[in-house]
Amino acid sequence: MTIVLTPLELGLAVALVVLSASLSLFLSLGFHRNLLWAAVRMIVQLLLVGVLLRFVFQQNSAWLTILIFLAMVTAAAYEVGARQPHRLRGRWQFLISGVSVSFSTMVVSAFALLTVLGSRDWLEPAHALPIAGIILGTAMNSASIALNALLSNINNERVPIEAQLALGATRLAALSPLMKRAIRAGIIPVMNQMVGAGIITMPGIMSGQILAGQDPLEAAKYQIFLMLLLAASGTASVIAAVYLTALRFTDKRHRLRFDRIV
Amino acid sequence: MSKTSIDRQPHLSGSVEVLTARFPASDKVEAIEFELQGGTCTVLTGPSGIGKTTLLRQIADLDMHGGEVFLGSVSQAQIPAPAWRRNVMYLASETGWWAPQVRDHFAVTDEVLAMMQKFGMKPEKLDMLPGQLSSGERQRMALIRALSYSPKFLLLDEPTSALDHESVLKVEEVLTETKRAGCGMLIVSHDAAQVERLADAHIVMRARS
Repeated sequence: MTIVLTPLELGLAVALVVLSASLSLFLSLGFHRNLLWAAVRMIVQLLLVGVLLRFVFQQNSAWLTILIFLAMVTAAAYEVGARQPHRLRGRWQFLISGVSVSFSTMVVSAFALLTVLGSRDWLEPAHALPIAGIILGTAMNSASIALNALLSNINNERVPIEAQLALGATRLAALSPLMKRAIRAGIIPVMNQMVGAGIITMPGIMSGQILAGQDPLEAAKYQIFLMLLLAASGTASVIAAVYLTALRFTDKRHRLRFDRIV
Repeated sequence: MSKTSIDRQPHLSGSVEVLTARFPASDKVEAIEFELQGGTCTVLTGPSGIGKTTLLRQIADLDMHGGEVFLGSVSQAQIPAPAWRRNVMYLASETGWWAPQVRDHFAVTDEVLAMMQKFGMKPEKLDMLPGQLSSGERQRMALIRALSYSPKFLLLDEPTSALDHESVLKVEEVLTETKRAGCGMLIVSHDAAQVERLADAHIVMRARS
């Protein structure tokens, strides 16, 4: 049985967000504006994407699929650097984020579409875009968390890092413990998601499929497959983002380049 | 941060005994040019904020600069930075520690233990966390750590700023022995008496008029 939501039913859910914003206002928590803005943005974005995807699915064009994918990667690359207290100066943040998330998403999506899902037409938008979207989201979150950890830690631990460089350590040797910590921080959400799946949380894809009438065991198998893809893409994007950022934050003379971050 | 291994080798081959530095004038400071001989101590003084620390960091290649620095006839840019810094070693006034215990930061040799004894520090200090040492102990331990790498030149930024008079004299004694062993030193100091005791040569940085 497929549940079709009416505008009125969606409106009831909006009432919950309005209630949360009212609580923020009443308790002077100060997040009501941001919450309402985020909710409005989310509603508009998802409705637009629903309309857009309906159009794209009807066209069934490989070029259109690639174009949509590139737009998603561009947005993700921007979002990795947005809201970071420290980020690389100029276009470097965008470039490194873009390379990291697109690389991991492309490799893992292609693997999924070409092998396990056995899609004959792997650029068929109804398969490629949802898979790429889920994988890209995880790659983006993981890279964002890892880069925040890396740049904040380098900023806080400048003295010990430079003490090692002064003693003749290479840049990667001096930054290695911080890079490892940042990579672990970036992967934690994916690992938590896997550990808690089915016990603490009912994963979104599985829930969605069950609500859409899918057999729970089949939905679980699909979710397992996706979780494993997310673990792989999160790991790849985090490692790429951290290594590329560490290299950009230093130079060939193994110096820290604080002039390259804002 | 966990333990990071720092390669103690290789040093540059041959006995390089002269470090030459030439820095052009900037908006703030006059041009500066000097030679450091191995086995001598040069003290660098000047008003606060004029750039003494920056100069030391530039000689160690930790900061970018527009000057020229040579070890013998080999320029800084021709030598890989880690090898350069093992030979021209900078010790900051604020000491940095990255591993759990003090002993994790360098190889504890008989030489290290002997230096600790000269500084009046017990070997048990090696098993402590760096944060458990006093600032003066950290300063002396960081000096021992730098000396344990046997650099050809040492760039010391106020190496005794956190020490009492007695400890200052002990450190100066070790520095004098190190100098006699052939190490060249450039020391930033604000202590006129220390300049008198240590300096074979004295460089004064002056603001550009």
